[in-house]
Amino acid sequence: MPRAWKFGDDIDTDAIIPGRYLVMNDPEELAKHAFEGTRSQFAGQVEPGDVIVAGSNFGCGSSREHAPLALKGAGVKAVVSRSFARIFFRNSINVGLPLLVCDDVDMIRDGDRLSLDLDRGIIHNLDRLEDYNTTPLPPFLQEIVEAGGLIQYTKRQVGTA
Amino acid sequence: MTGQTLSEKIFSRAAKVEARAGQFVMADIDCAMIHDITGPLAVKGFYEISGDDGRVWDASKIVMLFDHQVPADSIKAAENHQMLRRFAGEQGLLNYDVSEGVCHQVMPEKGHVLPGQLVVGSDSHTCTYGALGAFSTGIGSTDMASVLATGRLWFMVPRTLRLIAEGKLPSLVTSKDLVLRMIGDVGADGATYMACEFAGPTVSAMNMAERMTMANMAIEMGGKAGLVEPDDVTLRYIEERAAGQEINPIKGDDDAPCTVRTWEVDDLEPQVALPHNVDRVEPVGRVAGTKIDQVFLGSCTNGRFEDIELACRLMGNEPVARGVRMIVIPASRTEYLKVLRAGLVERLMEAGALVESPCCGPCMGGSFGLLGPGEACLSTSNRNFVGRQGSSEASVYLCSPATAGASAISGVITDPRDIQGR
Repeated sequence: MPRAWKFGDDIDTDAIIPGRYLVMNDPEELAKHAFEGTRSQFAGQVEPGDVIVAGSNFGCGSSREHAPLALKGAGVKAVVSRSFARIFFRNSINVGLPLLVCDDVDMIRDGDRLSLDLDRGIIHNLDRLEDYNTTPLPPFLQEIVEAGGLIQYTKRQVGTA
Repeated sequence: MTGQTLSEKIFSRAAKVEARAGQFVMADIDCAMIHDITGPLAVKGFYEISGDDGRVWDASKIVMLFDHQVPADSIKAAENHQMLRRFAGEQGLLNYDVSEGVCHQVMPEKGHVLPGQLVVGSDSHTCTYGALGAFSTGIGSTDMASVLATGRLWFMVPRTLRLIAEGKLPSLVTSKDLVLRMIGDVGADGATYMACEFAGPTVSAMNMAERMTMANMAIEMGGKAGLVEPDDVTLRYIEERAAGQEINPIKGDDDAPCTVRTWEVDDLEPQVALPHNVDRVEPVGRVAGTKIDQVFLGSCTNGRFEDIELACRLMGNEPVARGVRMIVIPASRTEYLKVLRAGLVERLMEAGALVESPCCGPCMGGSFGLLGPGEACLSTSNRNFVGRQGSSEASVYLCSPATAGASAISGVITDPRDIQGR
């Protein structure tokens, strides 16, 4: 059953994937080093479908797209946070890593079993029997998500899709 | 109708609409920059969009250079460089390769950025060029892939935070100290999604090097861009580097809606950001005496001639303290030559510092100059996150070039004003 990996505020992209691994461009290779040095058990224990739950300003710092790619490569289903740093937010939408903005992240504890309804934007906490609402994306961004990411969206624009 | 901010006016021009904060726009890009770390994924995305024989939207508006892993420090880095060289060759792009230095110094210095332009780079410190009155912002590789293919990108027009500085900076207190203080007060996410406009008499009195340091750090409070309205200092800088190009120095309206915060700088002390967050800012006195293993003087934040000259002034003819490694990296070939011709390379080498060729160096934490467990580095760069410069058990303190110079000869974090009086 997918579990929550709980993180604090201001988790930066150097923490998500350290600079020395940016020579790699493959999501699954990057995933082996996700949170190396800051939460070393993550890469070995994360299961496909798991969810990252963080405080505010998740993904601050460097523009490296390797950060959402590493999480995607690790099978992370979505990142739930009170707020996201701007570039990480764009990058995640672009590569198809779902992000949920949620004010109730403090109600979720590390290891809680979660079930996500991404269409309706609802988080079910199966351990605490609680539901949390999330803030829907603006319609403009939903179009990109529905297209399957920015590459597909742009292909439609330039007529190569 | 109320007036428009500088950012709203730039987006109005670039998107051909009357842009207002909060609005989503599709805007035309004036110039795009890619480098060796984020470039490979952008090129891969470009081919996914455009097909194997795709052409970029406008080869004359794209600049490529290598600065993060330079010269190539691994076979993988060399392969990434090769792949980008091939792409630049095929597409006819300007590629400065390994020879010119750090992207955020090279772009303004070579005249690729003009006031009023909309510029993107696949690096978060692209906000640096706002010092010239451009709207300039960092984007990811897939965003860049889309720009390479179409020359356009979507934006949410940002609200503006005006950070006004009043008064005269005391001797040996620099624009780095001021922007660190601002980040400490605003917080690491206090300006998320906002355009940070630096203004006021203190900023007007700054030269371009000092302004670039301010704009560079806007991202460290979450800012989408850091801007300084163009003035005579800007125009002089441009004229020396991009003579003959048409200049459109856009300014904001006085009645444009924005959030305003003001700092009085007359009594500002040198500031240091403590490990491991850029907004953990304290006056240098709070950590004076802390033992350091390494000093890094360089980066897109503080690797210009003015920065190195100031640090050297503090060092005088003293050697680097025993047990301290000092790494000095001028931010570009041009800045390196200025430092060289002023005799400062010789002085630094005699003092025992390592003077490296222009690149990001230890700031990127994946090339050379890395820290071991338990070590402390005092750095003029922009980030002190866990593991940023090597081991996750190392500590990075951020400071001004004056504090770096003073501390390099003392071996401990030192208030530069204490050295001057010696």
